[in-house]
Amino acid sequence: MSRLLRNIIGTVGVLALCELVGRSGLVNPNQLPPPSVIGARLVELFNDYEFSLDVVSTVLSWAIALGIAVLIAVPLGVLFGSVPLVGSAASAIVEFLRPIPSVAMIPLALVALGGAAETKIWLAVFGAVWPILFNTVHAVSDIDPVQINTAKAFNLTRRQMLTAVKLPSIAPFVLTGIRVSGSIALILVVSTEVLAGGSSASATILERGGLGGFITDAGTGGARMDLAIAGTFVAGLIGFVINIVFVAVQRRWVNWSDGDRAR
Amino acid sequence: MTTVVSRRRRVVEITGKWVVFALFVAAWQVATELAEAPYFPTPVTIGRTMVDLWLSGPAAHLFLTDAVGTQIVPSLLRLLGGWAAAGAIGIVVGLILGRSGKAYDYVSPTISFLRSIPPPALLPVFLVLFHIGTEMQLATIIFGVIWPVLLNTIDGAHTLDETVVETTRSMRLSRTRFLATVVFPAALPKIFAGLRVSLSLALILMVISELVGSTNGIGYQMILAQRNFAIAEMWAGIVLLGILGYVLNVLLLAVQNQVIGWHIRSKSLTGR
Amino acid sequence: MLDVTEISHTYGSGAKSHVALGNITFSVEKGEVVCIVGPSGCGKSTLLRAISGLLPPTGGESRFMGQRITEVPTDLAFVFQEYSKSLFPWLTVRGNVAFPLKAQGMPRRQRAEVVAEALGWVGLADAVEKYPWQLSGGMQQRVAIARALVSQPALLLMDEPFASVDAQTRAELEDLLLRVRREYNTTVLLVTHDIDESVYLSDRVLVLSKAPSMIVSTLPVTLPAERDQILTKETDEFVHLRGEVARLLRYGTAEPTSVPVPVDAAME
Repeated sequence: MSRLLRNIIGTVGVLALCELVGRSGLVNPNQLPPPSVIGARLVELFNDYEFSLDVVSTVLSWAIALGIAVLIAVPLGVLFGSVPLVGSAASAIVEFLRPIPSVAMIPLALVALGGAAETKIWLAVFGAVWPILFNTVHAVSDIDPVQINTAKAFNLTRRQMLTAVKLPSIAPFVLTGIRVSGSIALILVVSTEVLAGGSSASATILERGGLGGFITDAGTGGARMDLAIAGTFVAGLIGFVINIVFVAVQRRWVNWSDGDRAR
Repeated sequence: MTTVVSRRRRVVEITGKWVVFALFVAAWQVATELAEAPYFPTPVTIGRTMVDLWLSGPAAHLFLTDAVGTQIVPSLLRLLGGWAAAGAIGIVVGLILGRSGKAYDYVSPTISFLRSIPPPALLPVFLVLFHIGTEMQLATIIFGVIWPVLLNTIDGAHTLDETVVETTRSMRLSRTRFLATVVFPAALPKIFAGLRVSLSLALILMVISELVGSTNGIGYQMILAQRNFAIAEMWAGIVLLGILGYVLNVLLLAVQNQVIGWHIRSKSLTGR
Repeated sequence: MLDVTEISHTYGSGAKSHVALGNITFSVEKGEVVCIVGPSGCGKSTLLRAISGLLPPTGGESRFMGQRITEVPTDLAFVFQEYSKSLFPWLTVRGNVAFPLKAQGMPRRQRAEVVAEALGWVGLADAVEKYPWQLSGGMQQRVAIARALVSQPALLLMDEPFASVDAQTRAELEDLLLRVRREYNTTVLLVTHDIDESVYLSDRVLVLSKAPSMIVSTLPVTLPAERDQILTKETDEFVHLRGEVARLLRYGTAEPTSVPVPVDAAME
């Protein structure tokens, strides 16, 4: 039996089990509907304009936040990492600031910035910056001196050195950092949406309650758990696709390294 | 292997880090004093608030206030309890799945999907299922945190060297003994990596689950502070969480070095 | 003690199949040291695994003390070539050597005695608290040998055990093996690519051909029981025997047989 077949059988089996449990009366069907019901809701949601706007709100906010974080953290990281003293100093500061869970800033941010679009994006940027910065600084300071000397022996200009040697050399670690940041950013966007509550009748896409807001609205008081769980499923799907994309990018562009530090 | 020179260098490194950070805080103090922004109290103000909240108690209680016992301790217990439970389950299941390729194939799509769900998306669902309180928080933490441990354990158990496998087969070990005394120690380096990721994730999940569904705890205090517009108190909570995260990570690293010292030192010898 | 009957093994199936072992039949008597020597890639390791129960052979069977082998029998121990991967890095030397005894349920005090004795015989009594990564290659292999012998196996199988150490250490380990196996009275079946070693160590040499491997010839080693790295290797007897083995490896059997034996590429 091939692996794919086992994958399929296992997944079908899990779904069948959930279906059985859902219909058996062991759980309250209003609280935990079986997969068939969820599936039906998913199909409906797929055609629901408002819902797709919510999804776009979440994903777009995530993408923007991650993009900004990369634009901030990578150049900074390269800068800090290139100057030894600055690199160590930056490392030290990051080491102390990194453990602060960025979700802790959500209440403060909501008070200071309100529930507007920028809040969830800026929070996600704040959370996403640290892993990328950390990995970039370390990647730059860990660049193999043998590679640099080889490049110097070929009389590469500073620009060539940067683009042909340094950037490819740090790419695997930086990409790993971006992947970690990606999941943190998603957590922050969705968390902010859940905490700010839904506000679906807003003007711009980004200001909408997003997927988190949708799930919260549906779940409040246990009113529409089927929709809430369907929404959660969609969130999982988004996370899944993001992860696949990252792995594919890593495999395609930096397949010479597994993205972990050599030491 | 720690010579006098390298030990001295480590001390210099560590002091250096603290000095740099102190300078950073000093710069932050100056900046916030000058800016006088309502949402950015000075570090001194934050520090004073923290002392008021938690360190102004009677000497008999080590200066700790009641709030420490009623708010911080429950948070910590939930955090560590959830993390430990997730760790135990993840390790046991991971060891079994890691050595049983077929069983893993059956469940791997489900695992891959479940771990992709951003944990906050589950908060509303768990709120309805478990209601406000410790159960809901534990469920959130465990469900979110089990994946890094599980996947890392599976990886560690799976990539067991062929020679090790043949050696143990030539000793005719029972499956349980094999998993517990050979696979588990061999996978420990990867398991610890998973545990460390899990710990920082557990901190995050503890906070958001308390922000949403709790009647006590650090997160709950922050929500109260938010409603009362007590900015300094919110910052106090943020800093406290940072300290917690830092200390927990340092402790886990220390445990890791103790338990898998053999791995670290042998790697430093062979270089890879 | 060990009876191997028409063992053959084929990897894969159909077009991609590779016949590693042809048709191999031999026996090992109690108390013997038998060396199997053959060129690299001739399936020597496959043979050991096929007859010991580690790898179910696609054809034939092996019997240990009359019983058919399907799993690795309890009275059989193995020493692998890759000592660094065979020893458990998280256990000390003592922990490694005690491991099989612990698995068998031997009580602690008895374990400690047996382990100390085994380590004494391999000359590592001082290294009990060290970890494998702190030891040299030769010392690690000695630990592996101690671990194999500690449960007093009737038969010891060794898969090119000294191939990964330098020549000096190899000589020491060869002598160690001869001493220790006499102490524990263990029968030994050892696979190697080193011609000198095969003659020096054994009572009988089995020469294996390239894949599909078959036994080209069996050579009784008529050297005295006491062996010495320098003196024995100077004797006419030794020179003659090793020449025979070398010729058999290079040219296959001198006499025609019903089964054509592939001619090996020059090996030594």
